[in-house]
Amino acid sequence: MSLKDKACVTGIGETTYMRGSTQTAFELQLASSLKAIDDAGLKPTDIDGVIPVGIVSGTADDFIENFGIPDLRFSAVIPHGGASPVMALQAAAAAVAAGVCRHVLITFGRNVSMGSNKAGARIHNMPQFHYVTEFEYPMGAIAPAQLYAPMARRHMELYGTTVQQFGEVAVACREHALLNGNAVMKKPITLEDHFNSRMISDPFRLLDCSLESDGGAAVIVSAAACANDTPQPKVYISGVAEGHPDSPGSITQRPDMTSLGIGKAAKRAFEMAGVTHADIDVTEIYDCFTYAVIRQLEDMGFCAKGEGGAFVEGGRLKLGGALPTNTHGGLLSQAHVWGLNHVIELVRQLRGQGGAAQVENAKVGLVTGYGDMGDGALAIMRKA
Amino acid sequence: MNSLANPIAKPIVQPSPMTQAFWDAAGQGRLVLQTCTSCGTIRHYPRLLCTHCYSQDYFWKDSPGMGAVHSWTHCHHAFHPGFASELPYTLVTVDLDEGVRSLGIWKGGDQLAMGMRVQGRYDSSRGSLEWLFEPVSI
Repeated sequence: MSLKDKACVTGIGETTYMRGSTQTAFELQLASSLKAIDDAGLKPTDIDGVIPVGIVSGTADDFIENFGIPDLRFSAVIPHGGASPVMALQAAAAAVAAGVCRHVLITFGRNVSMGSNKAGARIHNMPQFHYVTEFEYPMGAIAPAQLYAPMARRHMELYGTTVQQFGEVAVACREHALLNGNAVMKKPITLEDHFNSRMISDPFRLLDCSLESDGGAAVIVSAAACANDTPQPKVYISGVAEGHPDSPGSITQRPDMTSLGIGKAAKRAFEMAGVTHADIDVTEIYDCFTYAVIRQLEDMGFCAKGEGGAFVEGGRLKLGGALPTNTHGGLLSQAHVWGLNHVIELVRQLRGQGGAAQVENAKVGLVTGYGDMGDGALAIMRKA
Repeated sequence: MNSLANPIAKPIVQPSPMTQAFWDAAGQGRLVLQTCTSCGTIRHYPRLLCTHCYSQDYFWKDSPGMGAVHSWTHCHHAFHPGFASELPYTLVTVDLDEGVRSLGIWKGGDQLAMGMRVQGRYDSSRGSLEWLFEPVSI
């Protein structure tokens, strides 16, 4: 049995994305969850499956208690950082396709402004980073920027990828964020601004790095048969897959540190959906760093390995370009909610609700997740 | 682990029961690599099973710490206050001659290139245990 078109995303919900929120992660998560449930035309008690993305805020039990869910039939924990939301689409699609449950809430909330919960400290509380925490953290490899930078440096050395090509990704995301009323970043940037931004961990400059922001995001995945009664235009999950890199717990030890898990998953998702790269009208690609977009495009086969830098030149990723990407502004310029905002944006595009950033006549789109040190997932969705 | 105590509040190595011997050797200035007793495969970072033959039996083999540069990053932002006074510093990923990799602190200046021959050594002279790489003059 294939998961092709067995499930639909029937509801989406987001809080305002911002810095300095006074709401807790769980408050933000609950608010976005209620919006998604309402968007799907459902009541909180209709939810019979929950996947809290990561365990950074509420658990499945918390949703049973707050929503009064009488009979939760499915819950799962997916511990793969920013790959988790798209992996959750696969888990939810499998659950509803098998008849385990009908409406799965995938939900995330975080507040990074409260306390001292900064990027450098967070990952070392996660068990999947234990090699880094033991062997690299004490030597000064603390935050994701420092762990990913050697991958990017090696890609530059091997293939001639340039700082300006990283900048193309940053500029495209920022241009799209300026069209989005719910984006944290409000000012335009140029390639020169990118080049001149403060060096963080070479080759990553400040404008290569995703945002630290607060917010909640949620989607509802429903069995396709149950989606007929929901009010929004139908959006099918046509192909979905996850993949894990070799040596997932250590980039240092990875045989090819320029290869990601999504490279293993892409073929499965495209085959399931029965589409080719040329059929993809819009993509939302996990952009923890600019380089990650370039590498995922290569690993998914939009271009050959080593050609991702040239591929993103000339505005290809901008609205009006050949492959509009991160039409909401992405993690780089909209907000960082582990990429659940990417899933939401793709659904919006396929519903025709993209507003000023709507890709004309978008019928088929692709969203990716990228987590921890290279775990990956992608989903290909289509409008009915 | 007094030898690994850190007066300037850098993160401290926290060995597991399996890696205690690795860090004990490091404190004596020796790099050791986990080596499968059954098939001889070296594995790093340490783990319970040999991925080649699934044996749990291993011994710690001394390594000269020689290798070649695989990649690097120059760090300009202190993500931990213990490193603020070190900026900028460079982290280097090295292909050890044994076929596994190692990440350490680069002490060789601005000249870095893939394949460059390097030598690793432990240094506790500044309080915390540091794993350093330097160029090998040919």
